Amino acid sequence: MSNPLYILHSSDVAARRIGDELMIMLARDSSLFSLNETAALLWQAADGKTPLDEIVAHTLCAQFDIDYDIALADATELAHSLAERGILLIAEHPFAH
Amino acid sequence: MTDLRPHHLDVRIGGISVRLRAASAEFNTLMVDRFRGFIGSVDTPDYIFDIDILPFTYTPDAPDELSDIEVSVRREDEGWHLLRGDFEARWDPATRHGTARLRANPYALDSVLRILHTVLLAEQGGMLMHASSVVLADGRAFVCTGVSGAGKTTISRLVPPGAHILTDEMSFIRREADGYYAYGTPFAGELATPGENIRAPLAGVFLLAQGPDNRIDDLSPAEAIRAVMTNILYFAKDKALTAKVFDNAIALAACIPVRRLTFFPDARVWDMIGNEA
Repeated sequence: MSNPLYILHSSDVAARRIGDELMIMLARDSSLFSLNETAALLWQAADGKTPLDEIVAHTLCAQFDIDYDIALADATELAHSLAERGILLIAEHPFAH
Repeated sequence: MTDLRPHHLDVRIGGISVRLRAASAEFNTLMVDRFRGFIGSVDTPDYIFDIDILPFTYTPDAPDELSDIEVSVRREDEGWHLLRGDFEARWDPATRHGTARLRANPYALDSVLRILHTVLLAEQGGMLMHASSVVLADGRAFVCTGVSGAGKTTISRLVPPGAHILTDEMSFIRREADGYYAYGTPFAGELATPGENIRAPLAGVFLLAQGPDNRIDDLSPAEAIRAVMTNILYFAKDKALTAKVFDNAIALAACIPVRRLTFFPDARVWDMIGNEA
């Protein structure tokens, strides 16, 4: 079993909800991203102390009728993708606040 | 006491006056030409910059290669630090005083002034935008933005009689008590001519595309914000100010119609804008 993952908002972004969309802007280069509904839920739950598997179980699976294992795999891939873009921070331990 | 910088020039863009004090009469002459139409003497300028000129023989046919180095704009202590190959400048918003050491090419000072205005406008809810802007004879201003080659200069060349070109390159937008206003700027593009030094209420922003006919299409709120944000001129590596720029783009798009303008390059496009926008 793999270690739990923790996700946290990058301190280098600004997030604003525009209608149904969550827009994220990176401060480093002013690039813009629009997050889809799933990514937005992940963003909102990224408090740095709740493990990703709990976020999936309590937020994503509660919101959508989806299989937990599939949802966890998708969420893990999405979290890494957002981390690569500098939108989220990702770690195997809780973030200190 | 000897005045080390006996020559000064007051450049007033968008209602913000900047006094440039320099030792070189030749450089002042170069700047008078660069900012013609935007120079006037004021009793109390909003900002004062002391300029030191570094040796450089400028000719229009031989651009300064140091101006191609990427610019850095950062907060430093209480003020801002600007650095590019051909200039280094600092200014303190609290004292409204700055210094600049720059090579004697007109683009160096032009860039310092553009950067100064990007920061000042960001803090006031406005922006400099890669865009042409035009005031129609009825007094309404329209800003036309887009990527290089989208038609910013082309659409400026097509303006009808009685219209005024504020700029074909760099639009100056201020948020004032009763709405947004577009101001003329001396920052010229392919027209190589400063804009007219006037202001007018902003009635619309168009994201330009060229096509076989003329058409105006609505954008979603997110598309409108993206169109504005993508084209704001902004250099500072500063999280707080960058977030403010983002909020300024959101506020503008909420207040001013931002639409896509597909146009065929002839004068009928302005008839459509005048009638439909």
